[in-house]
Amino acid sequence: MKKQKSIMEIIAEANKAVTTGIDEKDIEYWVMIYIMGRAYKVPAGLTIMQAMEYAGYRFIRSAGCRAGFCGACATVFRKIGDYKLQTAMACQTKVEDGMYLVQIPFTPAEKAAYNIGKEPYDVSVLFKYYPELARCLSCNTCTKACPQDLEVMDYVQAAIKGDFTAVAEGSFECIQCGLCAIRCPAEIVQYNMAQLARRMFGRYGSKRPESLSKRVKEVKEGKYEKDFRKLLSATMEEFKKLYADREREKD
Amino acid sequence: MAELKFIEGYPEYMYELIKVVEQTRAKRKDYTPKAMTMEEREDVLKVHPDYAEGGKRAINIGVNKGDIAPNEVADLLEAYPLIEEGEIDLRKPDYTTDILIIGGGLAGTTAAIWANDQGVPKENILLVNKLRHGDANSIMAQGGTQAADRENDSPVIHFIDALGGGHFTNKPDVLQTLVEDAPLIIDWLIDLGAMFDREENGDFVEIWGGGTCRKRMHACRDYTGLEELRVIRDEFKSREIPSLEYEPVIELLTDSDRVTGALLWNFETGEYKIVEATATIIATGGFGRLHIRGFPTTNHYGATCDGVVIAYRAGARLRDTDTVQYHPTGAAYPQQIIGLLLTEKLRSMGAQPVNKDGEAFVFPLEPRDVEASAFIRECYVRDKGVVTPTGMRGVWLDTPLIDIKNGKGTVDKAFPGMKRMFARFGIDMAKYPVLVFPTLHYQNGGVETDPWGKTNLEGLWVAGEVSGGVHGKNRLMGNSTLDCIVFGRKAGISTAEYVKSGKKRGKLTLEHMKKYVKLLKEAGIPKERKAPILLPDYRGKRVLARMIDVF
Repeated sequence: MKKQKSIMEIIAEANKAVTTGIDEKDIEYWVMIYIMGRAYKVPAGLTIMQAMEYAGYRFIRSAGCRAGFCGACATVFRKIGDYKLQTAMACQTKVEDGMYLVQIPFTPAEKAAYNIGKEPYDVSVLFKYYPELARCLSCNTCTKACPQDLEVMDYVQAAIKGDFTAVAEGSFECIQCGLCAIRCPAEIVQYNMAQLARRMFGRYGSKRPESLSKRVKEVKEGKYEKDFRKLLSATMEEFKKLYADREREKD
Repeated sequence: MAELKFIEGYPEYMYELIKVVEQTRAKRKDYTPKAMTMEEREDVLKVHPDYAEGGKRAINIGVNKGDIAPNEVADLLEAYPLIEEGEIDLRKPDYTTDILIIGGGLAGTTAAIWANDQGVPKENILLVNKLRHGDANSIMAQGGTQAADRENDSPVIHFIDALGGGHFTNKPDVLQTLVEDAPLIIDWLIDLGAMFDREENGDFVEIWGGGTCRKRMHACRDYTGLEELRVIRDEFKSREIPSLEYEPVIELLTDSDRVTGALLWNFETGEYKIVEATATIIATGGFGRLHIRGFPTTNHYGATCDGVVIAYRAGARLRDTDTVQYHPTGAAYPQQIIGLLLTEKLRSMGAQPVNKDGEAFVFPLEPRDVEASAFIRECYVRDKGVVTPTGMRGVWLDTPLIDIKNGKGTVDKAFPGMKRMFARFGIDMAKYPVLVFPTLHYQNGGVETDPWGKTNLEGLWVAGEVSGGVHGKNRLMGNSTLDCIVFGRKAGISTAEYVKSGKKRGKLTLEHMKKYVKLLKEAGIPKERKAPILLPDYRGKRVLARMIDVF
């Protein structure tokens, strides 16, 4: 048993940098970054988020899932000697030498209220709730700002044409960080508009599978009640047998 | 010292090792190692972090005194509150509500909508979030949601799968609700406009999950949780149900054995607020950020066990606190994403675990604890793992097999999120395998409930990961998003009924806290140990060593 304990210790030791914070003595390579203008020397190879923590920042805002799904850590940065403002998710982007960066703690964007069960499945619903859609200048700034590399302008244009499939597919991987809306000169809230379009598409864009409707009906009618009553009084041995006797569906 | 030379995102030496994997790929394409027998499972589980010595101890205080829990969890259960008695003025509630929901992931948000559907007016519901609404483990769920809705499947078969996966320790009546309500949940999600993967005729694309004997996983590419949470949250916001952000609950309020509200704390101003509630639902998720046994985690920033801590102090009963779920496939390389989730769906679609010698060494879809143990054994007992530049070990997950088995472009289409994550660090997972090692994923146990999410305390419900019982000692893939939505719905309906029955609000006191503090003192618990911890602390050691408190 002693040996197993040491396995756990080795694993814990190897993961220390991500579980307890980084110790300077373990670092070989360094870069200089500028957090809201102030210079910090941080280990190379960290994400922006990890680097800020190393520098001493403890997040309340601007950190969420830490894995690229929630959009909380929207970041704007510029590299020394470059005029261009770039965008990134702090948890999914490596720090680079000479980055000037700031995070966006909140996006004060409009989100319309609606009941999709009562709206028509056509373009009018998009213009009803997001009329500024018509102001799109086709400048592509939104696309350039998207940290997910989505073709934002393309799906905005598709929305104007009422092509729900294209909006839904094109915006599906949106994490709603809000960077597109913040950069948009036409004040469009791309990501919220797309949310409405996707919900309309999800509800009305394809036929509900018959097998699902059938099963829902069966459950509501109590078709499985008897089976479950029997199951719930089964012994452990019977459970184990049922489990061992399962037949696996073919691949 | 020169920087490491990288090829295709890998250090040169790792790139060389990939060639070994490529050499055996053609042979492995049509070969799958046999699933383990129950005896073989038992044997391999000996190297699982739950079973290896030194990780757990008995809880010394409270309702579950004598039960076993991970050291990190037991420490938090035996910790002092963040506030002291007398510090808080409970006379004037800042909010008075019928239903207070703590935590805005899938479970909490679903509960609000269903309570509203049962006729509780929106202004009588309050959702409070520690972080932003939706910053939760829910949003990170990738693989899918189980529901037995195909002709050859049934809720009964789903039940048996989950029960065996949970080592027959699941609470059967709660599990029945999970599997029976599953098709209803998928139906509801379609009503809300969720975009599940579909065949051309509208049928769901349904795939395997580890430990299941039917294909019943409903996925939205590899963004299932994101899609489900987005539509549910959008519905919540469209209904304009009140919610607060960055205001964690730091203590419940009680009237003897009844929960009557909660104490909120504004994360940014430090101000406390009193909520008076007829019914309270805790849906705060799990504890990955406790880094049990020093493991990295797939969990979001706020997964710090808060809900279990505050409920336990108020007298809620816990169960199955002794097991933790480690997901077999956390990223082991590159360093920036260590511990992050690589969905089980990768293996459902044909990716194969392979050791350093290019051998497929395990059936790819064992229940998670068995699969994870097999990886640990391969790395640390058989020494057939690959060592990374930061000293981690891992096994390959041969992802190029996905395109080989399902057609070119499948990885792009089915795993855009994963592909993007690795591409950001220079790795093309459709062309090259990725390195994986188990990562802390899920809190199997939690607050015990009945099939409606009710706890042993009057006025208190729980839903989602914070609860215990439905998964027993090990959860299957696709049952967590399902758990959240099924029991969020149940708790929403049940609290609405409770409120509508004319229940009066109780007194607001911290008596439970006083009693608990007395127990802590008697047990000699160190004063500096406090909980809930709210957030982990990853600040650099150098800065912490020089920090002084002057302002």
